[in-house]
Amino acid sequence: MSLTQSARKVPIFGARYILEARLRTMSKWVWIILAVTILNPLLYLVSIGVGVGSLISHNLGSHGIDGVSYLTFIAPALLASSAIQAAQDEVIFPTFQGFKWGRMFYGMNATPQTGSDIASGVFLAAMLRTTLGVGIYSIILYLFGAMNSPHSYMAIPIAIFAGAAFGAVLLAFAAYTENEDKFFTIVGRFIIGPMFLFSGTFYPINALPLVVRFFGWISPLWHAIELGRFATYGHHISATMVAVHFIYLLAMLVFGLFFAFRQYSKRLAK
Amino acid sequence: MSENLIEVSGLTKKFGDFVAVNGIDFHVSKSESFGFLGPNGAGKSTTMRIIAATSQRTAGKVLVLGKDPEIQGPQIRAHLGVVPQQDNLDMQLTVSENLFIYGRYFGLPSKFIRSKIDELLDFAQLEEKRDVKVETLSGGMRRRLTIARALVSEPEILILDEPTTGLDPQARHILWDRLFRLKEKGVTLLLTTHYMDEAEQLCDRLIVMDKGSIMAEGTPLELIKKYSSKEVLEVRFGSDNNALLAPSMQKLCQRMEVLPDRILLYTDDAEELLKEILSAGHHPKTSLARRSSLEDVFLRLTGRSLVD
Repeated sequence: MSLTQSARKVPIFGARYILEARLRTMSKWVWIILAVTILNPLLYLVSIGVGVGSLISHNLGSHGIDGVSYLTFIAPALLASSAIQAAQDEVIFPTFQGFKWGRMFYGMNATPQTGSDIASGVFLAAMLRTTLGVGIYSIILYLFGAMNSPHSYMAIPIAIFAGAAFGAVLLAFAAYTENEDKFFTIVGRFIIGPMFLFSGTFYPINALPLVVRFFGWISPLWHAIELGRFATYGHHISATMVAVHFIYLLAMLVFGLFFAFRQYSKRLAK
Repeated sequence: MSENLIEVSGLTKKFGDFVAVNGIDFHVSKSESFGFLGPNGAGKSTTMRIIAATSQRTAGKVLVLGKDPEIQGPQIRAHLGVVPQQDNLDMQLTVSENLFIYGRYFGLPSKFIRSKIDELLDFAQLEEKRDVKVETLSGGMRRRLTIARALVSEPEILILDEPTTGLDPQARHILWDRLFRLKEKGVTLLLTTHYMDEAEQLCDRLIVMDKGSIMAEGTPLELIKKYSSKEVLEVRFGSDNNALLAPSMQKLCQRMEVLPDRILLYTDDAEELLKEILSAGHHPKTSLARRSSLEDVFLRLTGRSLVD
């Protein structure tokens, strides 16, 4: 076969070919990904959901927290937090890998693929992994009886949305990062770590002193949890706050992608 | 479109205050094998990246396949095959998977790529490594795979940045043989190198670059003729004596270069010159009579060796 016509054209929506390559690489780790995706929720649910849960229902009754059972209370939080972690892993490592460790992005960029194509491909792959993770997690939650309120399923899209929002921001962050050691030390330890601790995953954020609540306010996880609790069991928040949570996450998604696309292109052209 | 696949005039690239490429002009025509010879930091790779539409220029005019890389980057890249200086294969994937995903980046249909892979593995002599992870390949094999990968889209121009740097002599010769076959098939090659033997073997025409500027342009033979004598006599008197004895031999040759470890005497008949030197009472520890090379051209043009 001689020159094909398609070699002469620029592919439409090139990101799907980057996505394809990312999925191929991820498939090499599929068993590890599945093990993490299944074991993580099991460990959390058994240790905290059931353990702490029984302590709480023993002391406060079976609807002791926010008017619902402890499992119902933490279900949207667990889902959102798993989504955010999956998204985080699948945007940070491939970005470092692609720019620095293995320089694969420079190979991709020597083809018709642009920086934005590459960034979107990486992002889409992360979103597929996030969706898979949230799907499996919600099945496990269901089996534990944590998804039995009528609108429990609403926690699923909200979790994926949170993963997308945080993933987009980290995609940009990782692309700006030249020194990954600093990234893990500073961003990992002093921003992401505390954010997760103070997002109201296991108890309402109001139980915390005002100073540390700040970490919750900036945390996409807290916004997603509030939205999730509102949607699944009618946790009381004002319509304004619902809008604030939604817009906060949407803004992270939009600005994150904007800066990620821009920095991917800039860094490749350096 | 003109017959020139690449046309460059007044190309300048600055990084802050540093001028990496300083207003260069050249053109490359179809099926030509065109080289950039120069030491590290001469601006060769920067020029290549601008032509390959992955880096933006500061000033000047560039047309690749009749298009401006700054405006139609993806359209140009669809027709190029690029072999970068640093390998960027996907180490976690196998040899054939690397070829496959790369073809997909061009939007090529899977069926076409699969049939192409056999041909490319044969060309790169990697048939037995088809399902082996790239991680386990030797440096020479990785280079060959990178070249095969660049050919997956049947490019009109193949761009190679230092294709054999870091390879052992045997691996280099295998690679040169592969590249020579491409050249015979009429593929337009554009390559940078700081090895004069590589430039002599592979380039129809080349430019000698130093510090961002073009020092000379021509075929390897033209350059040697213009900037060097037919032959060279290399003599060594020991590092302390070279500079001391050099002046006394000045009038015997057309031109000389005194290097720390040896003296290069330029002449049309090196054997004859050696006889004259011996009869004049000089007794070099070692002597070597050879033909002039591009290394001598570079030395003449810049006063420095290519590889420090």
